[in-house]
Amino acid sequence: MEEKTLYTITIFSENAVGVLNQITTIFTRRQINIETLSVSPSAIQGIHKFTITAFSETEEAMKKLVRQIDKRVDILKAYYNTNAELVHQEIALYKIDTSKLLATNMVEKLVRKHNARILDVSEHATVIQKTGHYKDTQALFEELSESIGVLQFIRSGRVAITKSKVERLSDMLSKREEDKKENKH
Amino acid sequence: MRNLTGSEALLQSLLHEGVDTIFGYPGGAIMPVFDALYDHKNDIKHILVRHEQGAIHAAQGYARVSKKVGVALVTSGPGATNAITGITDAMMDSTPLVVISGQVASSLLGSDAFQEADVIGVTQPVTKWAYQIRRVEDVPWAVSRAFYIAASGRPGPVVLDIAKDAQTKECEFSYGKTTFLRSYQPEIESCMEKIKQAAELINRAKKPLALVGQGVILGNAEKELIAFLEKGNIPFGSTILGLSAVPSNHSLNMGMLGMHGNIAPNLKTNECDVLIAIGMRFDDRVTGDLNTYAKQAEVIHFDIDRAEMDKNVKTTVKVLGNAKQTLPLVTALMEKNSHADWIGEFKPLYEKERRCVIDDELHPAEGAIKMGEVVNKITEATGNKAVCVTDVGQNQMMGTRYFKYTQSRSMVTSGGLGTMGFGLPAAIGAKYGAPDRKVCVFVGDGGLQMTIQEFGTIMEHGVDVKIILLNNNFLGMVRQWQELFFDERYSETQMKNPDFIKIAEAYGIKGKKVTERGDLDAAIDEMLTHKGAYLLEVAVETKGMVYPMIPAGTCVTNILLGNGHTI
Repeated sequence: MEEKTLYTITIFSENAVGVLNQITTIFTRRQINIETLSVSPSAIQGIHKFTITAFSETEEAMKKLVRQIDKRVDILKAYYNTNAELVHQEIALYKIDTSKLLATNMVEKLVRKHNARILDVSEHATVIQKTGHYKDTQALFEELSESIGVLQFIRSGRVAITKSKVERLSDMLSKREEDKKENKH
Repeated sequence: MRNLTGSEALLQSLLHEGVDTIFGYPGGAIMPVFDALYDHKNDIKHILVRHEQGAIHAAQGYARVSKKVGVALVTSGPGATNAITGITDAMMDSTPLVVISGQVASSLLGSDAFQEADVIGVTQPVTKWAYQIRRVEDVPWAVSRAFYIAASGRPGPVVLDIAKDAQTKECEFSYGKTTFLRSYQPEIESCMEKIKQAAELINRAKKPLALVGQGVILGNAEKELIAFLEKGNIPFGSTILGLSAVPSNHSLNMGMLGMHGNIAPNLKTNECDVLIAIGMRFDDRVTGDLNTYAKQAEVIHFDIDRAEMDKNVKTTVKVLGNAKQTLPLVTALMEKNSHADWIGEFKPLYEKERRCVIDDELHPAEGAIKMGEVVNKITEATGNKAVCVTDVGQNQMMGTRYFKYTQSRSMVTSGGLGTMGFGLPAAIGAKYGAPDRKVCVFVGDGGLQMTIQEFGTIMEHGVDVKIILLNNNFLGMVRQWQELFFDERYSETQMKNPDFIKIAEAYGIKGKKVTERGDLDAAIDEMLTHKGAYLLEVAVETKGMVYPMIPAGTCVTNILLGNGHTI
């Protein structure tokens, strides 16, 4: 088997009911697993942004997947990138026993070493927050687990932004606005 | 501005879209719309079918021959789920439909209410767009979008699921046609660079071959296609759905592509130097094994759908857009050409097919009646001017192989999904879509029984369709595969059938069963001159075979001819 590459798929859609369903169906039909998923309103009002990561053996498969997504009526634009073309982060939260935080300076050391921060401390539990790449948040998780134990752990889906200067969506939208004007004449 | 109920607004919206024919079936959650329909008997014809699957196939047949959007109206729950097969069929074959399904009141959504089904969830993967109308205010907006999406770009089915309270509440009505959606670009402006590249490649070609698909018909680009083909003298083969885009007798027409297509265009696919695909999608039934498909050729792909580009076959030049615009641009840059030697190579292949397959199929001297023979007699008797509708299976392959065409939109068949039961209701729709044309539908004994209840629709509405039942008391195509690939183990393919003529008679449909070759001509004549529907049942050879045949997943040159002949 060829080595699989992790791709990040970015999708801009109208804020309509059922868009996620339309997108996931396209993944399912092609037997592509979604690794992470993050959805939020984009910078442009009324437009939602999906960031999805998935492994694929070939770029060809990714290209076909994205075209099928792009084809859906409610989708404004869909594209894919490799890690090299992106700045991307995930956020992770780690819940630990507060008594263990107080017992030694171990946690503080780890927090400093991993550039994490303590988000919340209460009588029983303390929540640490760390943003970074998957391997960074994973590294802290492993060290915390081994040293003092993690009560609960959660990691977000990836958020990503391209390194290139142009925002593909705004180009597309302004082009569509022109089309609309022409259409009216 | 005036206040209308959602139901009346829905009908007014349909009228704004030019709808005059609806195929449907009432039920609880769509009753307000049917009630409103009661007052529109003069401007909207409603054809009451006998099962919702029939409504969709009829709307498909209607759309395919008429260039209009087919409209179907069904109730919630089982009404909508019964429509799924037809909707999927329309998606596969790019047929523009607007399917309106009733839905439980918005307050009951998600409560597992009586006859509630998640119609949007179920139909999203098999529609171009599916939308639930929960508010009366959204009715005109949604209908307008639905028609725009269904008919533009690469057409397809759209589902509007309308909650019962949105049908009964009132609001102000105004209608505006949709001509633009920012998230949806149905047609892309032709890229001149690609046009030039395509023309250059075609001008350089010594052995060009064109593959004509339904995109030409959907884009109304038949004339543009013929001008293109004639200027370059480019021989072509048609996909099953591309049939009738160009008349059968055109000198460049080399026949049908694919598994049961003609020898010449299939073989030449792997000999041409430039393969020009126009509005077709390289379906596996056309290409066979992709790893051995046209590897020697540079491929040019004309298509309106970007997602089809490089999907199955890697192409050298991709010309995105409507063939009606792109073909003339390429033609203008093309040099006149004759390709006489190349075209000359097709004729002997046709002769071979005639000798090995066609003569025996169409003009057998003795033995049982053959399917192809019946199709051939009927196309001749109609002057090749009828609309040919088929069901699925051997009857379909015989119909598409041997029916001849003189005008576009003469072939209605379930290509992509291969839906048994499609034929009869599609023929009903086709008759409404082309009332001045003769509509002949070829069905097998298996497929007919899947939608035989539509005899009731024919009876009630006096639909003049000529039904030709090619009865071999077998699920013939499956039996053919069992004979070829499963050691003649005829597992569940033989059928004990009813007296079809009696069934037809019960529905007031005139019919005749023919078992002797000598009676065939007179029976066909009687069928075609009879005013109204007619069932002609022909007892055909029980173990007939459709040849040529390229076994699934093998190379397009791996053509079986049967009867000891080899390619």
